[in-house]
Amino acid sequence: MSGHDHHHDHDHSELSETELRVRALESILVEKGYVDPAALDELIQTYETRVGPRNGARVIAKAWSDPAYYERLLRDATPAIAELGYEGRQGEHIVAVVNTPDIHNMVVCTLCSCYPWSVLGLPPVWYKAAPYRSKAVRDPRSVLDDFGVSLPKATKIKVWDSTAEIRYLVVPMRPKGTDGWSEERLADLVTRDSMIGTGLARQPAEVV
Amino acid sequence: MDGAHDMGGVQGFGPVEPEQNEPVFHGEWERRMLGITLAMARPGQWNIDMSRYARENRSPRDYLNCSYYEVWLGGLETLMAERGLVSREELDSGQALLPRKNVPVLKPDEVDVMLRRGGPTERAIDTPARFKVGDRVRAKVMAPATHTRLPRYVRGHAGTVELLHGAHVFPDSNAMGRGEAPQWLYTVCFDGRELWGTDGDPDVTVSVDAWDSYLEPA
Repeated sequence: MSGHDHHHDHDHSELSETELRVRALESILVEKGYVDPAALDELIQTYETRVGPRNGARVIAKAWSDPAYYERLLRDATPAIAELGYEGRQGEHIVAVVNTPDIHNMVVCTLCSCYPWSVLGLPPVWYKAAPYRSKAVRDPRSVLDDFGVSLPKATKIKVWDSTAEIRYLVVPMRPKGTDGWSEERLADLVTRDSMIGTGLARQPAEVV
Repeated sequence: MDGAHDMGGVQGFGPVEPEQNEPVFHGEWERRMLGITLAMARPGQWNIDMSRYARENRSPRDYLNCSYYEVWLGGLETLMAERGLVSREELDSGQALLPRKNVPVLKPDEVDVMLRRGGPTERAIDTPARFKVGDRVRAKVMAPATHTRLPRYVRGHAGTVELLHGAHVFPDSNAMGRGEAPQWLYTVCFDGRELWGTDGDPDVTVSVDAWDSYLEPA
C-alpha cells in the first residue's frame, strides 16, 4: 500500500503497515475473546483447501453426463448443487446458465465481489479488481480478448451482473470427443474461468 | 451510494490481467483477514448489507487505492468501532483498552455448520409480484446517499424481466439497520444498445438483479 518505510527501523520487521494492522487486529480480537484462534484456522483451512472450483467442476460434469440432473440444475440449481454436498455461504441462491453455440454467458459483480463461493471457492484477484468489474458490462468481448478467448462473431454474449444475493454458475459447452467419459474425467475439463464465462472448457487433448 | 465501488461501465482501468496459477491468498495477512472477517460475523453485530456499506462508504481515492482485503480491513474496523467492540485507538496502540462486550464467539466446531447454513435472503411475503417474466420495466433514476444495489449504469434504462426470485431482504433498508423489509426480486435484462447507445454492442445483453422498488413499468 503506502511506500513509507517508517516500520523498518525496529523488530527486523519487513511488514507493511497493513500487515502490522491485521496482526494487531488479530491479537486484540483474540485477547478480548471475540475470536477463537482454532476457529480462525478452521475457517482459513476450509477456503484454502476444501472449497474450490473442483466443486463446481463436479456439478458441471454431472450435468453433462446425466440429463435428469441437467434438468434439475436448470430448473432450480440450489438444491441440485446441494445434492452433491455443496451448499451454504455465498451459494444460498444459485442460478445455472447454459452456454450454447449461440449464447455465451459471463458473470461479474460490478458493485463488489459477489461470487458463488460454495462451488468456485474464493474469487481470483482479477474478478474483484476494477478492470474486470468496469469493463465486463460495457465491452465483454474485449474482456474475453484479455483472456485470449475468441468466440464466433455470431455468438451473442449475455452478462450477468450479480447485484443481489443470487449467484450465477455458467455451464460451459461440453467439448467434442468426450463421449463415454466418466464424470471424474470430464471434471478435469472444467476450469474455474469456464464457470465464470471468461474461459471455455478444456479440450480433451489439453488434459491427456 | 454512488461511490467508487459502483464500477460498471467506468472506463480507463485498462485491461484485465489474469494471473497464472494464482494462489488463494497473496500473503499471510490476507489469509488472516478472511478468517477474521468470517469469524466476526458470529457475534451478530451486523449483517452482510452493513458490511458492504462499511466497505463502500469511503472516499473514491481511498477505495481505489486499497487492495481488496484492505477494503475489508477498513470496513471491519469501522463496524467494530461503531459498535464498541474494538476501537481505532486499540488498533493504533495494539492494546485492548475498551471493556470486552459479551457477544457470541465462533467455536471451531461451529465453523462447518455456520458456513453450510450461510445466510439465505429469501423471505415469505404476502404481496404478489408486481411484474412477471416478459414485462418491460425501467430502472428508476435514483441517487440514494446510503447503500443501494442498483448500479448507476442501468438507472433510467428499460429492460425486460427474465427471472423472478421470490422476495428477498432489501439491502437499502437492511444496511441501515431499518429491518429486512423484504421485496420481490427480479432479474432484468438490458440490451447493450439501450445501456450504451450506439457505442454498445447490439449482440450483448446485461442482466441485473433488481428489487421491486428499483423498478417502474416501462
